[in-house]
Order: sequence, then structure tokens, then C-alpha cells
Amino acid sequence: MIKSMYSKGSLVAKTGNEIMAEALRQIEPDVVAAYPITPATEIVQIFSQFVADGVVKSEYVAVESEHSAMSATIAASAAGARAATSTSSQGLCLMWEMLYIASGLRLPIVMAEVNRAISAPININADHSDTMGARDTGWIQIYSEDSQEAYDNMIQATKIAEKAKLPTLVAMDGFITSHCMEVVEAYSDTDVKAFVGEYKPERYLLDVKNPYTLGSIDLQDYYFEHRYQLAQAMRDAKSIILDVAEEFKRTFWREYGFYEKYMLDDAEVAIVVIGSTAGNVKVVVKELREKGVKAGLLKIRVYRPFPKEQIAKDLAHVKAVAVIDRSDSCSGAFPPLYCDVVTSLYSAGILNPKILSYIYGIGGREFCGEQIIKVYETLGKVAFGLEKPSGEVEYINVRIK
Amino acid sequence: MVNLRELSKNPVRITGGHRLCAGCGAGIVARQTLVAAGNALVVVVNATGCLEVSTTIFPYSAWESPYFHSAFENAAATCSGVEAAYRSLKFQGKVKEDIKFITFGGDGGTYDIGLQSLSGAMERGHKMLYICYNNEAYMNTGIQRSGATPKWAHTTTAPAGKKSQGKVQNKKDLTQIMIAHDIPYVAQSYVGNWNDFMTKVQKALAVNGPSFINVLTPCRLGWGYKPEYTMKVARLAVETCMWPSYEVEDGVYKINVEPKAKKPVTEFLKLQARFKHLFKPDNAYILEEIQGNVDKKWAFLQNRAKSAFGA
Repeated sequence: MIKSMYSKGSLVAKTGNEIMAEALRQIEPDVVAAYPITPATEIVQIFSQFVADGVVKSEYVAVESEHSAMSATIAASAAGARAATSTSSQGLCLMWEMLYIASGLRLPIVMAEVNRAISAPININADHSDTMGARDTGWIQIYSEDSQEAYDNMIQATKIAEKAKLPTLVAMDGFITSHCMEVVEAYSDTDVKAFVGEYKPERYLLDVKNPYTLGSIDLQDYYFEHRYQLAQAMRDAKSIILDVAEEFKRTFWREYGFYEKYMLDDAEVAIVVIGSTAGNVKVVVKELREKGVKAGLLKIRVYRPFPKEQIAKDLAHVKAVAVIDRSDSCSGAFPPLYCDVVTSLYSAGILNPKILSYIYGIGGREFCGEQIIKVYETLGKVAFGLEKPSGEVEYINVRIK
Repeated sequence: MVNLRELSKNPVRITGGHRLCAGCGAGIVARQTLVAAGNALVVVVNATGCLEVSTTIFPYSAWESPYFHSAFENAAATCSGVEAAYRSLKFQGKVKEDIKFITFGGDGGTYDIGLQSLSGAMERGHKMLYICYNNEAYMNTGIQRSGATPKWAHTTTAPAGKKSQGKVQNKKDLTQIMIAHDIPYVAQSYVGNWNDFMTKVQKALAVNGPSFINVLTPCRLGWGYKPEYTMKVARLAVETCMWPSYEVEDGVYKINVEPKAKKPVTEFLKLQARFKHLFKPDNAYILEEIQGNVDKKWAFLQNRAKSAFGA
């Protein structure tokens, strides 16, 4: 995210959860159905107060589980409502079955997702295992580095979802972002409402004069086409995401793309990362640059659809890249983000960059400056042929044996 | 009571040509529900099951009302979402019509996997009629035992065998569970008495809040009887008091069909292959046990109905 010279809104001190609730208040979905879960609870808690105070015209459905939260959100969307929900971790896991149905039925639901580790053992702190597990569900996934991005992403997500007819989740890191108070530039209700616009579904259940059947059984003679159309819609969503970002920039004077390049254009060594950790990496990159090291960063914002062509182009010149994942694939070839980055380069015929795989921060484990510097040191050695890549995923800051 | 002459004027909003079996009770339940709804605008929500797969094979649909299905265990939560959308959009003036909401689920989707979702929706008070078309097993997947399967019935996952005589547990009394939710209207009905069922549908749709009807819906394949016996078998369930037809309106019990002469349970059991093994001489004690349990439950219900009237 690139900050503008002049601010468009007003500065407020809010936690990630608070500003997410604020975004939902401004978007004012017709229906919000949700279930409490740490660390996302506050979002809907604050929102239900808005409902109780009559600040929004939304219906809040306090369902009895996340499975029902997603079911009711899907149904509300199918009925013709602008519908939203919020969850984290186990809650997202319980929604699993319904995530596929939301996208399969092409319903533009938005979800505020607070990234948290998944059980067992039970852990409430940040990592990306929850949303990474949902990466192939046909949901657009947009990640946020801080509260400002979470807010901006949520506003954009509503528009993206409705244009692409795809469910969209906006993720932020549990506690690190969700509970940390930051200064956020909040826009006026009028501006946000004008940007988001009114939701006008083409076909919906409550249009009782034009009855239609939704959720049919769809066998071998049609199903494949429908699933293909979903995958194609995800690919087509790339241009929608960029168009919405462009409009957002014109309206709110903040610039977003698929990812943020931080001192990447001339970088010899670079880290690819998702979420709040990008902030720490930026500090290190700046320090290294001061020492003359050509370090850079690529921070993923849009993980699904994965911007493979653009990433391949932007990493092609880098000598050594470390993709640092905050989730494990438990013996897939490599963790998810690494696989996406490497296949993007390989399929574009770009074989020069040496690419290392790291896993960090599982269950909220600290990942601090020293460790980031160490990754850059290794990258430097690999870039200049002093060290060979291990060919294995390396775990950072974990006690092994 | 509904009037046949009036009902005959009502639209039939589920068409023929669907793929339900000959003699299937579920199609009768769906058709009579929509006819009873009359000219009211309705949105239908359906759990995964026979009724859903047989009536919505893409690109066809048997439904002339808006119809929605998403999964198996969430029909009530799904209807909650549609109803919440309705309240919001109606409040905003974006939807003008008065609309009613009807959910259909089989016993697997209602007694078992969908019980939490149903309980939550009833507790939250969404204005919907939930109809459980109860054929007492997972028929769509091939007759597996459910929480609604009666004790001693043969199913493919609790089969009668050399050492077992079918399901060894009692069925769950879901109607009582729904009554315990203190919703305005709960009823049991059965296929084979259109007047009883359709009257209940109309009552249920008229209340201001959630309502629930548990309708015994014979499955000719799963129960193992001739397709033309669907009505007969269901009526025998009521005449033997194995499946009493009753309702609870605002907590007040009423037995709707009181058999003139209570028939022995064997009259109901003997028509069905799922109970065939019970007629072996060694299993006479099981038939006695079933009769004993039915008598006990029937007495309990009669008591409730009496006390509710202050007798």
C-alpha cells in the first residue's frame, strides 16, 4: 500500500477488528450471520451493537455454529441480500463444505477472516493454516498487512465480489492486526457507500414473480462446465480486482495491486511474504539497503486468484528469493505459497532465480528482525554461489529435537 | 379443516415428471404442502435427499415456486438466511410481497445431521414451516439406519442377521424435542390423510413464528411393500398407534386422529419387509415388546392430551 500525500478521510485509532466492523457498518450488508470465535469475535460483536442501536438496517443472525453461519449467509445471498460474515481458524474449518457451495453457486459473499492457527493442539494465535487450507475453494483471497489495508480491502472486496460473482474473503493476522491499535485513515460514510454502490442481483429467490431453482443436482452432462466456469471466473477476476483498485485509488487516494513491491525492482535478494510480517521485513530491507545490500520484498495481497504472470515477471531478475510461508503442507512438495511462486516462474520459463522455502511463525511463534536478516544472509550466499540451496523447506525459530 | 372443493382451486406448484419412485410418499407430502399453501407466495428450501435429487436434475426442475438447496445438514439454517434476507429487504421496501418459507428435510437431514441447525433456527424464532418427511431411514443412500428408524427394523447398516434382529436402539422422539423448543406449532401427521396433513400445514403457516410438522412418509423401497400400499401402510401406523397424529398449539396437546379400535402393531409390521424377521417364531418376544412400547407411548400421549384440556 502506498500512502498518498494528502489524506482523503480522517485519522482514527482503531484495532483491526474495530476498523473491520467499521467497514461493515459503512458497507451495511442486508444480512450478517456469524458465530463467535477468537480472535475474530469482536468484529461481529461490534457490528451487532450497530444493529441493536439501529445504526444499520442489516439483519444480524446469531447462528448456532459456523456451518450455519456460512449456510445462512449463502442463503441470504441467494435470496437477494448483500450478505457478509466473519470467522477464524476452527470456524473456517467448520464452514469448509459450505465454502465450496458459496463459490459453486457464484454468490458474492464477503467474509472478514482473522488468521489463526488450527487445532490440534489448540492455539489462538496467528498463522495462515486456516485460509491456506481454503485456497482451492473458489474464494477470492485478499490479505492485509495492517488495519488500514484490512479496511481498504474490505471496501474493495464488496465491489470485487459483486462484479465477479465470487465470494471474497479479506484476511488479517490474528492479534497482531486484529487486536493491535493503529492509526487508520477512515473515509466518510457517504464516500464508502457511493464507492460500494447498491447491490442489484440478477436472479434471486425473493423475486417470487420469477421463480427459479437454485442448487440443482448437476451431473456428468453439465457439472464440468459449471466448475470450469467457476475456475474461469476466478481467472477473470484478476482484471476486476485491478479495475476496482484503480477506482479505489481515484476515490480514496490509496494504491493497491495484486501485491506490493518494496524495493524489488533492482533487488538481488528478495523475500516473498503474506500479511503482517511484511512490516517487519520492510524494516530489515531498509536497514540492508542502507548497508548497500540490494534487498527487496514482494508482499502478496491477492493470493487467489494467484497473479502468476505478473509475479514471474517481477521476480525474474532476482538472483535468490526466499518464499516464507506461515503454514505447512505436511509433506506436500513444499508449502503453499512457495509452490505457487515456483510454478509461476517455471511455467513462464523463468529458471534463473534460486528459490528457497521457509516456514515461520506457526501458532504465533515470533519471527523477528535477526531471523529475517539471517534469511537475507543465506539468500546473499546462494545468490553469489557461496552456498547451495538445501532443496528442503527450512523451519525458522523452532526447536527440532 | 380444509375443504376439498376449495383446495381443488389452488395451484399445484410441483409438477409431474420428477424422478421420485412410484408410490413414494415424499412427492405426496411436497405436493399437498404446496396445495395447502394455496395462493400464498412461498420459497421452498430443501435438504439434500430423495426429494431434492429427484426433482431438480439440471436443467430441469419440478418446482414452480422459488426453490433452494445447498447441503444436507443445514436446511433450517439455510431457511433462516432466506427469511433474514426477507425481513431486511421487506423492511427496506425492496421486497413488497408477503412471502412464506417452507423447508423440507428427510429424517436423516432432520433427526440426525441437521438437528443442530434445526434446533438453532427454531430457537431463533425464524418464521418458517419445517416439514420432516420421515421415512425412518437414509433412503437416498440406500436404506441406512437413522435416529428415526424404529427399534428392530432391518436397515442396511443395522441389518437383521444371524445374531442381530435389526436396529437395537429406540427411535428418537423428535416431535417431543421440537415441542420442548416452545414454538407456536408442532404436529405429527402422516401420508394417507390429506385432510389431517393439509389442515396442519395451513395452521402451521398461519402462526407467527416457527412451526414443525413431522410427517410419516412411507418409502416403498426401504420399507419393502407394494407401491400401491403407501397410504394403507401409513394409515395402519396411525390405526395401531405406532405413529399417532397429534398437534401441540401453544403448548396445548390434541390427538387429531383417535383410532376407533386400536389395531395390534402386527397389522402394520406384517406388510413390510423391514420387519419380516420379527415374524420368526423365536422373535415373538420382540413383537410383544413393540406392542408394549407402543401402548406405553400412546398412554403417555393420551394423558398429555387430557391434562392439556384440564381433565
